[in-house]
Amino acid sequence: MGINATIIGQTITFAVFVLFTMKFVWPPIKQAMNERAKKIEDGLAAAERGEASLAEASQASDDALKDARTQAQDILAGANRQANDIVEKAKTEARTEADRIIAAANEEIDASMQRAKAELRKEVSAIALAGAQKVLAREVDASAHDDLLKQLATEI
Amino acid sequence: MATGGGEQNGGGDSASNYVSHHLTHLQVGEGFWTWNIDTLLVSTVLGVIMCGVMYLGARKATAGVPGFLQNVVESLVDFIDNLVKESFPGPSKFVPPFALTIFVWTFLWNCMDLIPVDWLPAAASMAGLEYMRVVPSADMNATFAISISVFFLIIIYSIAGKGLGGYAKEWLSHPFGWYLLPFNLIINFVELMAKPVSLSLRLFGNLYAGELIFILIALLPWGVQFIPGFAWAVFHILVVTLQAFIITVLSVVYLSMAYESHDDEH
Repeated sequence: MGINATIIGQTITFAVFVLFTMKFVWPPIKQAMNERAKKIEDGLAAAERGEASLAEASQASDDALKDARTQAQDILAGANRQANDIVEKAKTEARTEADRIIAAANEEIDASMQRAKAELRKEVSAIALAGAQKVLAREVDASAHDDLLKQLATEI
Repeated sequence: MATGGGEQNGGGDSASNYVSHHLTHLQVGEGFWTWNIDTLLVSTVLGVIMCGVMYLGARKATAGVPGFLQNVVESLVDFIDNLVKESFPGPSKFVPPFALTIFVWTFLWNCMDLIPVDWLPAAASMAGLEYMRVVPSADMNATFAISISVFFLIIIYSIAGKGLGGYAKEWLSHPFGWYLLPFNLIINFVELMAKPVSLSLRLFGNLYAGELIFILIALLPWGVQFIPGFAWAVFHILVVTLQAFIITVLSVVYLSMAYESHDDEH
């Protein structure tokens, strides 16, 4: 026991160890720890940013989906309308065409009938005239009764 | 944790021889210029181990996933850093590594107390060294070496923190005011002296007592030694850590008290 020169040696040793710790131990460890803290901080910030951008992106995709759905519905409605229009137009055209054809046919029928009537009338008048000639060959002068016969022919 | 040899279980004479043998330093030199070789050797070896391990942990320090050794050193650094940050307001270049060195070094000193008391002295005597005290904290020279360093740093940090004039003013006017100037001087002198003395004697006293108890336990019959030996060792684990912690905290607190101005107190 008791104080002696050992204290000098101990103090010097102590100073050496303190300087060593100060020079070679403390700074690298402290630097590594600070860097790690910075890294973690950055990582957390990045995670937060990522989360925000994810929310943003999912919002955008939702919006796009909604837009697309609306657009599709619009397109579908337009197409339906157009199809209806086309069908309607076709129907109308067909009806008009049919009417036209029927009218033409009717006209044709009327014309044929008129022609047939005229022919028949001529033939009947001729036959009637021939018959009358034969019956009245003697008493009736063809030229004298021509007017009468013609009138008859028109009446038939 | 003490292994009693055979020959010291006898009468009072051999018991007192055993105790005094265990409390004698391996010394060279005369008078003041006596060197306690065992204290110097053990504390230097422990310090080299401390620096080596911490250097290995710090050498490849990475901001990524730390290895085992880096983890250990980081825990220590973080612990000391928080301790210093909480109380010391001054520049943080010197004080934290200083506190770290005190903590780890004194902790290792104290741990030497947990090695069975006869092992290293027996090994030393085989190597031809008659005396060997392996607990540096049980040598006042070792504990005073730390506290005297703290003492000078108190003065240095007082001047650094308050300026020479501020420090002088504190000596003269604190704590009783200018009218009681002589008393202020006396009080401040006592306060300044009490700090290093209490700092080193606390550590020394605890560990010296601990060592002595282990030596006394080693005097018991070998069959029953382990009961008090185990109990005291378990208790001593607490003392070892606590005393290393206390001397570290108090050193930091003394330095921060020195650095801070006390003007706002009156």
